[in-house]
Amino acid sequence: MKDRVIGQSVPKYDAGPKASGLLQYADDFTLPGMLYGKVFRAKVQAAILLGVRTERAEQLPGVHAVITAKDVPNNNLRARFGQSTDVGGQFEGLYRVLAEKEVRYYGEPIALVAAESPDLAEQACQLIEVDLQPLPGVFDSVGAMEPGSRQVGEKPNNIASHFKIRQGDVDQGFAQADVIVEGTYRVPYQDHAYLEPESGLAWSDDDGTINIRVSSQVIEHFREVAEILNLPHSKVRYLGTWIGGGFGRKEDITVESYLALLAWKTRKPVKLTYTRAESLLYHCKRHPFQMEYKTGATKDGKLVALQARLISDCGAYSALSPWVLLYATVNAAGPYQIPNVKVDSYAVMTNTAITSAFRGFGAPQANFAYESQIQKLAHILGLDPLEFRERNYLQTGEAFATGWIYERPIPLTELAQKAWSGLGPLGSAEGGRKLGRGVAIGMGSYGRLTFLHDTSRSYIKLELDGSAIIRCGVPDVGGGQGHILCQIVAQELGVPLERIKLHITDSQLTPLAGTTTATRQLMMSGNATLKAANELKKRLLIKAGQLLNVPIENLIITLNRIEVESSRKEGVSLVEVINRLSGEGEELFVEAQFNAPFTDIPASEVLQGQTHPDFTFGAYAAEVEVDEQTGQVQINKIVAAFDVGKALNPAIVEGQIEGGCIQGVGYALFEDMAIHNGVIQTPSFAEYLIPTAVDVPDITVILLESGSGVGPYGAKGIGEPPMVGIAPALVNAIEDAVGVRIADLPVTPEKIRMAIAQKPEGKR
Amino acid sequence: MSRTIRLTVNGQPHQLEVEDNDLLLNVLRERLDLTGAKYGCGIGECGACTIIMNGKAVLSCLTLAVLADRSEITTVEGLGDYRNLHPLQQAFLEEGAVQCGFCTPGMLVSAKALLDENPNPSEEEIRQYLRGNLCRCTGYTSIVRAVQKTLKPAAKESHPKI
Ligand code: FES
Ligand code: FES
Repeated sequence: MKDRVIGQSVPKYDAGPKASGLLQYADDFTLPGMLYGKVFRAKVQAAILLGVRTERAEQLPGVHAVITAKDVPNNNLRARFGQSTDVGGQFEGLYRVLAEKEVRYYGEPIALVAAESPDLAEQACQLIEVDLQPLPGVFDSVGAMEPGSRQVGEKPNNIASHFKIRQGDVDQGFAQADVIVEGTYRVPYQDHAYLEPESGLAWSDDDGTINIRVSSQVIEHFREVAEILNLPHSKVRYLGTWIGGGFGRKEDITVESYLALLAWKTRKPVKLTYTRAESLLYHCKRHPFQMEYKTGATKDGKLVALQARLISDCGAYSALSPWVLLYATVNAAGPYQIPNVKVDSYAVMTNTAITSAFRGFGAPQANFAYESQIQKLAHILGLDPLEFRERNYLQTGEAFATGWIYERPIPLTELAQKAWSGLGPLGSAEGGRKLGRGVAIGMGSYGRLTFLHDTSRSYIKLELDGSAIIRCGVPDVGGGQGHILCQIVAQELGVPLERIKLHITDSQLTPLAGTTTATRQLMMSGNATLKAANELKKRLLIKAGQLLNVPIENLIITLNRIEVESSRKEGVSLVEVINRLSGEGEELFVEAQFNAPFTDIPASEVLQGQTHPDFTFGAYAAEVEVDEQTGQVQINKIVAAFDVGKALNPAIVEGQIEGGCIQGVGYALFEDMAIHNGVIQTPSFAEYLIPTAVDVPDITVILLESGSGVGPYGAKGIGEPPMVGIAPALVNAIEDAVGVRIADLPVTPEKIRMAIAQKPEGKR
Repeated sequence: MSRTIRLTVNGQPHQLEVEDNDLLLNVLRERLDLTGAKYGCGIGECGACTIIMNGKAVLSCLTLAVLADRSEITTVEGLGDYRNLHPLQQAFLEEGAVQCGFCTPGMLVSAKALLDENPNPSEEEIRQYLRGNLCRCTGYTSIVRAVQKTLKPAAKESHPKI
């Protein structure tokens, strides 16, 4: 069938309700008699927790419950990862609901309070007393790896996980190299800074089932919450809300374990919404990495060896750190053909804020390092940076550093050239500022690790009037994860978009669709929905064929109708076909499951073969103006070019690229999270600056549609990949403007000024 | 201390008892069930709580409810509902300017206040006016485009009235 709805930039299902202010986010929902929850936290980075005294808080009138670790039926969980298969110790950590016996980081939750007003809950927290014996904190991730460093977590040393890549022989590779560059790169913490703080409301049913209405990217956490409460999985139900921004932070459990405990204890509805300060200070961040790179090339511009050592600070509990580290490792050499690669990566525990999932999931960190190295090599070799890259891009049929032979297109040459030429004629800088341009490329995976054996399910039902209902447990973070299912159903079944009702994220009533993470939902739930739609379509076409006396190959589905392709006036209405089927007892609903490509669980810490279903490739070009006196950077233009496989809704796809790009601009230039001895010093948006409308230019987006993706209609995932590539493109542009190259993000004006001041005379 | 205030919200008159320290954002959300205005920071740094009070864009998280006595207020719900969207809302839909949507109510209200003040803003003026409204999802490109889309060609020649 010709594309009728697919490929169109129709407004999203949820856009109208959101723009009219009617859509109910987590904090917009209330229940009669509801209490307010509050988390009491440690104000020390590392200590032995000798005791918690809650009597005074409990006696405060209006306080209904105070919970500490001893009240939690199961306070220490093996942290798993949504719906994952059992993949062994390397990937596990401890999820501890409330501190017990020890405090590992500043802000660690110690007690929970439910009271009749937010003020009372706050007052109760002030009445809680703790006996602590402070311990020396471990704050430096590199130092924490040394033997003899104080043990932060439950493992014998502070290395939470370690991965390797071994390809060829790097010593031989460097021996062949004419040029070798080395560099150490540091990338910072980053806060997700979504506009909706963590929030939810929980209540207990008449039969004791705990219901949690929460802003979460993973409704499958009902399982963990049930285990915390020692309840059957079937007695905890998530009702996920439309999410006011997630970016990975609402992938881990946020408020829901606290809510569940308080609702379970009080038997009353309890609401808990973090303040912005709580969100900024106490919840997980993007991993900072220190990355030591050595890259070698021959004088004719061929890469021959890459060696890297990546160290990430995973904070006081490992959360998703092993997974992020694995992604960073897989990305460490980038989409380049390098015969000899050796990578060692470590996630190291410290008494610092927890780090976990954030859009890009390890890929933006590695990308900044490998692209910086490429740029330096190009300069030394005297080659045009684009041309140098072109000599080394991985080609279809060649293997990534893990040895996975990639059979799909890798159109990086075209993407980078399009981005670069998209900048147009060189502008002119004002007021003595210096103009510069840069380009960088990147790759980002979509879909979860193939050894996790990922699945998603979706259900479609046709109504007798030709309308349709979709039920799919897909959390929607604003990227059209829910909406696109409607476009697929409208395309395949001829149902008008406005006659489709979509139900998402009820962990008991919508088929489980897995996490909205890893840029997986279009591929997973999109394919599951397409599979269900195709099954229903077959039933419709068979019946229509009988009614029209035409072989089904000659039929097409159009809006509300099934028609004979060669003579479009001949046809039958969708309603009639549905009613015939219904009258004959045919099922007008289908639930389908899509299974991602599966691979075996890695046998060791050496990563080998396929790890992800696929990658999305892209390139950024940027033009900046830099003031040499102040170090201020103004971005004049950004052009993004991505192979998205197929843009099922171009406006949504462009929006993902624009938004990811600007989050990357913040990462590269603005977002400077101050941490002193493990304590975050930036508790508000006045200190932690994210880009505003005046800080950023209009972004030009160029979409390439290779049709080669694993998603429906050949689409690739685009949620996270746009975070990758923008930081090195900007750093390259700044270097082009003022001749200094910054290796530590964010590139603040002070760093530029300092670097210019230290520039040896004679350099440009 | 509590006081009685009278105010008109989205054309509806209300009379309410409020405490001296009640914030307008909480009164709108909790007492009048108008949850369109959002809490994003509570201290005037994100714009998610923006409303129009007596013709001016105001951060309701920083405004005491008592100061809203005898005022005329417009929230996002007052712009239009999904059966009858305001041109700005329509343009946000069409341009893909609504992602997670959490900034959208404040953004729309700010954009409305801008166009009431200046029916023919340049791109620079739009960006300047919206700088207090943070959006973490869109990168602002689609939002600016959406506001521009509502500028009628006539308005571009600087005729008043939009
Ligand atoms: S909530 Fe009012 S400015 Fe953020
Ligand atoms: S659309 Fe999510 S913050 Fe703007």
